Amino acid sequence: MKRTLANFLTAAITVAILVALNAGMNYVEANSRFHAGYAIRVLMLALINVIAAVSLNLVNGFTGQFSLGHAVFFGIGAYAGAAFTVFAQKPLFGHILSSSDVVSWSHGGIVLLAAMLVGGLAAALAGFIVGLPSLKLRGDYLAIVTLGFNFIVVVVINSLDVIGGAAGFTGTSRGDTPVNIPALTSFFWVALVAITVIVLSINLRRSVHGLAFESIREDEIAAEAMGIPTTRYKVTAFVLAAFLAGVAGAMYVHYNGSVATPSLDFTASVNIVVMVVLGGLGSVSGSVVGAIILTVLPEALRNISPDADKYRLVVYSVLLIILMLLRPQGIFGRDEIGAVWFRKQINGTVTLPRRSLTWLTNVLQRRQRRGGSA
Amino acid sequence: MILSRFVKTAAFALPLLAITLISAGCNGGGPAPSGIVIGEYGAMTGEEATFGTSTDKGVQMAITEANAKGGVNGEKVAVKLYDDQGIPDQAKTVVTKLIQQDGVCAVIGEVASSNSLQAAPECQKSKVPMITPASTNAKVTQQGDYIFRTCFIDPFQGGVMASFAMHNLKAKTAAVLTDSSQDYSKGLAAAFKATFTKMGGKIVADEAYGKGALDYHSQLSTIKAANPDVLFVPGYYNNVGAIGRTARSVGVKVPLLGGDGWDSDKLFEGAAGSLEGCYFSNHYSIQNTDPKVQAFVAQYKKDNAGESPDAMAALGYDATRILLAALAKAGKPADGSYTSDAYRAKLRDAIAATKDFDGVTGKITLGADRNAIKPAVVLEIKGNERKYVSTVKPEEIPT
Amino acid sequence: MQDQLHHFLQQLVFGLGVGSIYALIALGYTMVYGVLRLINFAHGDVYMVGAYISLLLARYIYAHHAGSPSGEVFAICLVASMLGCGILGVVIERLAYRPLRKAPRLASLITAIGVSLLIENFCNLPGVFGSSPQTSPNLLPGNHVAYTVQGIVIERNYLVLFVATLILLVTLWYVVTRTRLGRAMRAVSFDNDAASLMGVNTNAVITFTFFVGSALAGAAGCLFSGMVQNSIFPYFGIMPGVKAFVAAVLGGIGNIPGAAVGGFLMGLAEVLVVSYGPRFHIPPTYSDAMAFAILIVVLLVKPTGLFGKGVVEKV
Repeated sequence: MKRTLANFLTAAITVAILVALNAGMNYVEANSRFHAGYAIRVLMLALINVIAAVSLNLVNGFTGQFSLGHAVFFGIGAYAGAAFTVFAQKPLFGHILSSSDVVSWSHGGIVLLAAMLVGGLAAALAGFIVGLPSLKLRGDYLAIVTLGFNFIVVVVINSLDVIGGAAGFTGTSRGDTPVNIPALTSFFWVALVAITVIVLSINLRRSVHGLAFESIREDEIAAEAMGIPTTRYKVTAFVLAAFLAGVAGAMYVHYNGSVATPSLDFTASVNIVVMVVLGGLGSVSGSVVGAIILTVLPEALRNISPDADKYRLVVYSVLLIILMLLRPQGIFGRDEIGAVWFRKQINGTVTLPRRSLTWLTNVLQRRQRRGGSA
Repeated sequence: MILSRFVKTAAFALPLLAITLISAGCNGGGPAPSGIVIGEYGAMTGEEATFGTSTDKGVQMAITEANAKGGVNGEKVAVKLYDDQGIPDQAKTVVTKLIQQDGVCAVIGEVASSNSLQAAPECQKSKVPMITPASTNAKVTQQGDYIFRTCFIDPFQGGVMASFAMHNLKAKTAAVLTDSSQDYSKGLAAAFKATFTKMGGKIVADEAYGKGALDYHSQLSTIKAANPDVLFVPGYYNNVGAIGRTARSVGVKVPLLGGDGWDSDKLFEGAAGSLEGCYFSNHYSIQNTDPKVQAFVAQYKKDNAGESPDAMAALGYDATRILLAALAKAGKPADGSYTSDAYRAKLRDAIAATKDFDGVTGKITLGADRNAIKPAVVLEIKGNERKYVSTVKPEEIPT
Repeated sequence: MQDQLHHFLQQLVFGLGVGSIYALIALGYTMVYGVLRLINFAHGDVYMVGAYISLLLARYIYAHHAGSPSGEVFAICLVASMLGCGILGVVIERLAYRPLRKAPRLASLITAIGVSLLIENFCNLPGVFGSSPQTSPNLLPGNHVAYTVQGIVIERNYLVLFVATLILLVTLWYVVTRTRLGRAMRAVSFDNDAASLMGVNTNAVITFTFFVGSALAGAAGCLFSGMVQNSIFPYFGIMPGVKAFVAAVLGGIGNIPGAAVGGFLMGLAEVLVVSYGPRFHIPPTYSDAMAFAILIVVLLVKPTGLFGKGVVEKV
């Protein structure tokens, strides 16, 4: 009871802080004196990437599967969410919003939440269709199939003129009036979703389900022998990750006002994988830090010198290789930022208290006997 | 439990976010720089870099020329260039940076319509004039009254070649081979098909190739079977050479037609003589005896190790010169600030009033829809030269 | 009917030409995967470098030795591309992959992606190859030379491409099955640790595998730029690289003849989609996507690929 109250209070305080931050940010952005539009844009993109990276970490980090096409779920979420607001808004919500409208908080929020749900569900469905057959197999098949799926989706979207084709999707027009994708995503929503996804991930990691995910990563055959339904868990992780990426995509498109295939092509997918691996596979804090670094660093490199711009990508790839050679486990390894991690940095190594696989299967079996779902 | 974990995460994440904000916010938060700064964005790295760097060469040339003559309104002009890697949302990010932090009075860019389409709303929102030198998608300038373009739009160029095929080549049937990964190519193809059909012609084959195509045998053998009078190939020079060669090997003997994407010396390298007697529409003829064109070509070759300017370079050059002329026309701002809303509005009006501007790529007038109205020339390939054939004025194309 | 058959056979001929390129690239993927279980993402870029080596060398020869296209020029370019790429492959393995052999597999995969990005972006710099697309001069005399057999057009350049590919395949097959080195390669691929216990110098074998695989990609690059003569630019290796990888999976990854067959099938499938797709309302551009659709279907029906053996995982 006490804990529920504490959780409720935390949530309430978080929302209050976010509302305040949001208001402050709106004020700063509206006032050109502060020149903050660029910084805010980078921050927003970083937060959206945080959601995408943390969601991919569920599959690549927790479950040890290897998805190479995560951006495609982000993209499906973006296109589906945008198509929803552009085409279904009038019938569903009574009137058209456009990017120039001042959107009331409540109304914009409802439309955005609906779009996020649509984007997330579309991505989850795609994830289920791709994931179910390929996750039955072991090995690199998921990587290969997701990579292939990524190319297919990009080719198909580029040829669909109703959602903009190769020029990108900015909206449609009704008669002569353009119907643009409305700008609904504010800092409040992005931060709220990002925090929710992070907390959810961290809690999941310590839950029975999370341990089942990790047991599959450690040894799939042993996990299966212990009675863990591996395929079901792998598909669950994959679909959940796709859903969250889809939500991130829907938020992105309602922030950016448009989406084009470079946001979901193979390079974009690789970028999300790099965020996760850079931070440390399996570490939620790692994904957060990786996403922030990989969004902010390229922007920060812009200011070094005008000529340096053309070497930016070369420097980026060299840094990536060196980092992997020196620290293949990423910045945090599998750990979360916190006391254990710091102690490890200072003392060298720390033996982690890890619950054993036997313990996990005992719990699962007990649950199954009780008729609960594992 | 949740609380402590959340606090830990927050304790870690929030300072990082703060650092992000501060580091990104600080370096440009100061007062707008003095003098005239023009923003430019384009792909300097990545797959589209060839377009961005060509455009930039034209832009830099126009700026260097202007500064050699003492600048504009007695002030030197500087260009602030950012690379967007050819990725649309990066285009939007760098344009935001140009406007917010670098104090630019106007923005030049991009080539790819997908990139311009994401950047344009940002310029429109901040009321900063933007001139795209080469984005042909009609939607770009529809983003608002601060967005201009100095190239043809797709319907015109496609129409020019349809009309040329019909009237000059007396073609009754045509085939089209589109690069479906390029919005530009799709736009031209659609316009060509529409105009050609409207004039009473017939499209007998409509083929396409994608980004990953290694060769074009299969498409061209289908076209050969359809036996058209002309073949319209609205792609870029890099693929058109191989398409020309393959067309001849599979027995397509009719003339190939194209758009300004063909305009490069490199076209001949790949075509190996197979495009002899083919035609494409362009902004200008490199052989035009007009001293202004000759001076441009000579200077460009001198600056770039003998390489001839392609369409992107010429368009970048003209877009910049139109902007410089508008800056001169708008005059020196009373309060000395080239970035005030009032001055940008004045600058916008000056650009919008551009009439019969004597550009390298033709006499340019910006119409009510902020698109360039200018004639196209049709060039014929003879040997390794592009020979002038005819000029087509916008009013000659049925809409 | 006659026409239909004729058209179909003509498409097959075209498909074998494109398929040769895929087959050569796919071999490198499959060989490296066989010995290291690593998807070598930089392989498509090695192919790109091979194309540039051939192009630059051909231009140099024509410019400085007033030579005209001849079989000799072709041979020089082919050998130079193969050697250059072979060495590049060995360097990549030595510097980027070997230090990570004991690390998590994902780390070496990210490194492979890093190497791929490095090669592309480095070559794209103005001083290196530059970003603008270039086309190689023809390596053989005469343009558009073609033979007509029973009304089916066979271009001389494509014939050379196909025959050269076959010769390389047979040579490789001989090396792998009939030589000591080949046996060592198969041993390492079967079980790395056991092979090393049996006295096989696994490092040397892996180096050799990278050399051969990359040399084949170099040959593909030379044949593409000098025979197919489409334009090349620093990022053009990505798509054929990925498709060749798919071809390797199609044939059963780790299986050498499978990769070759997969490559040819990939070429055929693309050509057939372009020419017959529109009848089933599939736009020709979907040929880029069709490769992956086929792959997904194959994986669902026979996950180990057409010729792959089921791997029994040791517990």
